[in-house]
Amino acid sequence: AHCLQEMASSKSLLNLLTFTFGSTIGFFACYMLFSIVLEKQVVIQPDILHNDPHGEHSEETGSDQLEGQMNFNADAGQHQDENKNIAEGLYQKVKILCWVMTGPQNLEKKAKHVKATWAQHCNKILFMSSEENKDFPTVGLETKEGRDQLYWKTIKAFQYVHDHYFDDADWFMKADDDTYVILDNLRWLLSKYNPEQPIYFGRRFKPYVKQGYMSGGAGYVLSKEALRRFVNAFKTNKCSHSSSIEDLALGKCMENINVEAGDSRDTSGKETFHPFVPEHHLIRGYLPRTFWYWNYNYYPAIEWPITHASAMDNYGIIPPIGKLLPNSR
Amino acid sequence: MISESSSFVKGMMLGGLFCVFVTFIGHNKMGHGTKAHHHEHHHIQAPNKEDVSNLSEGERMELSHSIRVYCIILVKPKDLGNWAAVKETWSKHCDKAEFYSSESVKVFDSIVLNTNEMWVMMRKAYKLAYERYQDEYNWFFLAHPTTFAVIENLKYFLLKKDASQPFYIGHTVKSGELEYVDGDGGIVLSIESLKRLSKIFEDPDRCPEQGGLIWKLSEDKQLAVCLKYTGVLAENAEDSEGKDVFNTKSVGSLIKEAMANHPQQVVEGSCSDMAITFNGLAPNHMHVMMYGVYRLRAYGHNFKDALVFLPPAGSDND
Repeated sequence: AHCLQEMASSKSLLNLLTFTFGSTIGFFACYMLFSIVLEKQVVIQPDILHNDPHGEHSEETGSDQLEGQMNFNADAGQHQDENKNIAEGLYQKVKILCWVMTGPQNLEKKAKHVKATWAQHCNKILFMSSEENKDFPTVGLETKEGRDQLYWKTIKAFQYVHDHYFDDADWFMKADDDTYVILDNLRWLLSKYNPEQPIYFGRRFKPYVKQGYMSGGAGYVLSKEALRRFVNAFKTNKCSHSSSIEDLALGKCMENINVEAGDSRDTSGKETFHPFVPEHHLIRGYLPRTFWYWNYNYYPAIEWPITHASAMDNYGIIPPIGKLLPNSR
Repeated sequence: MISESSSFVKGMMLGGLFCVFVTFIGHNKMGHGTKAHHHEHHHIQAPNKEDVSNLSEGERMELSHSIRVYCIILVKPKDLGNWAAVKETWSKHCDKAEFYSSESVKVFDSIVLNTNEMWVMMRKAYKLAYERYQDEYNWFFLAHPTTFAVIENLKYFLLKKDASQPFYIGHTVKSGELEYVDGDGGIVLSIESLKRLSKIFEDPDRCPEQGGLIWKLSEDKQLAVCLKYTGVLAENAEDSEGKDVFNTKSVGSLIKEAMANHPQQVVEGSCSDMAITFNGLAPNHMHVMMYGVYRLRAYGHNFKDALVFLPPAGSDND
C-alpha cells in the first residue's frame, strides 16, 4: 500500500509538473501569436502621396496627375509670393550653356537626375557621352569611356559646342553628372564680367600651373572668348591633345593661350565652387589636415562657422539621393 | 504516459486561455472610458497666406511674439553624436530648448531623469516642463535627437491657433481605435494639453507609469491614451495643399520613396515647402540641413514671407 501511495504521489507530481510546463508553453505560444497579429495592426504607414494616415479618407484631394517625364520641380503655384524678377532678368542677360559629362552607363543612374533638376535652369543643356542616344538625348562624341579619355572627351565636347551653339550663349559651363549647380548664383558671379574677356572660373587649385587651374570635379565655366581660343588652340597646336588628367591639362592649355584663371569667391572671400559634397565643406575637421585638398587650394580657406550667408555655386560628387532641394524653393 | 500527455495538453490550453484573457483585459483597459470618436481622422492645417497678409503690421508682430515654443529633447548617452548636432543646430531656434537625459553625461549639461524607459522619461520631462514653464511658454515641442526641426515653420503653423485650446499635433498614425502622434516626427502640445496631461499623470489607473499589463505600448501611444482620457485628440498637421508638415522620415528617404512610387511628381508628392520636421538624420546631415534651410540662397529670388521670426536674443545663430 505504501508502495502504491508513493507511486501515486510521484505520478501526480509528474502530472503537475507536466501541467505547469504545458501551461507555460501554451501561454508563450499564444503570446507569440498575439504579438505577431497585434504588431501588424499597429504598423499602419500613412500614404505619402495622399497625406492620409488611413487611406479611407472621403475627401480626395486628387493630386494624382502624371505629368510627363520625371517632374522633380515644384510647380510655380507653390511659391505664389516669390518674386523672381531679378533672377529672370539675369537669365536673359547672362546666357549659360551647360554641358554635362556623362556616359551610357550613367544615364539612368545619374544624368537623368541632373536633367530633372538643376539642368532645367541653364539657357541650354547638353549631355555629352561617348555614344549618341537619341532618346535621352545625348551627343555622341565618338570616343571611348574611362578616366583616361576625359580630356579627349572634354576637347571634343567643347568643339561640338563651339561648332553648333557658339552664338546661343555667352558662357559655357562644364559639369559632371554628379555635380549640382545653382545657376542663379553662377549668373550673379558672371554678370560682373564681359564674355568677350578671355577668362574662366571654377575652384582654383595652385599646383603645377603658374596661374593655377580649375578642379574638374567642381565644374568650370569658360567665357565666349575663352572657348574660341580653346578650340583654336588645337588647330594651331598651341595645346596638346593627349593627357590623362583632364582638369590639369585644360588649365595648362588655358595658361598657354592667355585665358585668365578667374577668382570665383564671394564678397566675403568664401569659395563658391566645391569639389566635394556639402558635409565635407561645412563640417570643420571633416577633411583631415593632411588631405591633399588643403595644399591645393589657391586661396586661403576661410574657416566655418562664419555668421553671414555665403552664396555657393556648385557641389561635386553627390549621389542622386543626396541632392539638396534649393531647386524647389 | 497518457495521463501525463493529457495533463500537458490541459496545461497548454489553460496557459493559452489565460494569455487570451490577459490580453483582452489589457486592451479593454486602454479603450475603456474614451469618448465615442470612432473612425474620425483629425487633420489640422497651416494658415493660408491670405489669412496672414490681411493682418496689419502691428497684429502680425504681436502674433509672432505671442508664440513661445519650449523644446524638449529626450536623449540617452548613446545619442551623443546627434545630441551634439541638435544642440549646435536647430534647437537654437527654439525660444528655449532643454535636453532631458536618461542619465548624467559629462560632456553636456542636461536635466537628468534617472530612468532608461522612454515612457517614464517622457512623463517626467513633461511634468517638469509644466511645473517650471507653464507661465513662460505656450507651446511645447518634444523631439528625439534624430529629428531636425524648422522652428520658424512651426511657429507659422501655430500662428492662428489658440494655445488655451487642447492641441496635440504632429504626424498621426492610427492603431486600431487609437490615433496617436508618431514621436519620430515630433510632438506639439499646447499649454492647455500639457495642463490636462499633468493632471492625468496623477491617475494611475488611466495613465499608469508602467503601461499595459503585459503588452508594453510605445511611449507615443501611451501619451495618446493618457491625453484621450482628458479629451485631447491627436491631429495630423498639413499645409494648405494637404501635405504632411511633420515627417517621420528624412528628405532623402521621402524622395527615394517618391521616385519609386510616383516618379512623375517627386518633390510635389512628398515634401511640403513649409515642412516642420524630418527624422532619421545623422549628425552631419543636420549641419547640411541648417545650411540648406538658413544660409544657402538662390540669387535673385525674393521670398516675401508674411512674417519674420527672429531667433531669440543672444543666441549665436547661423
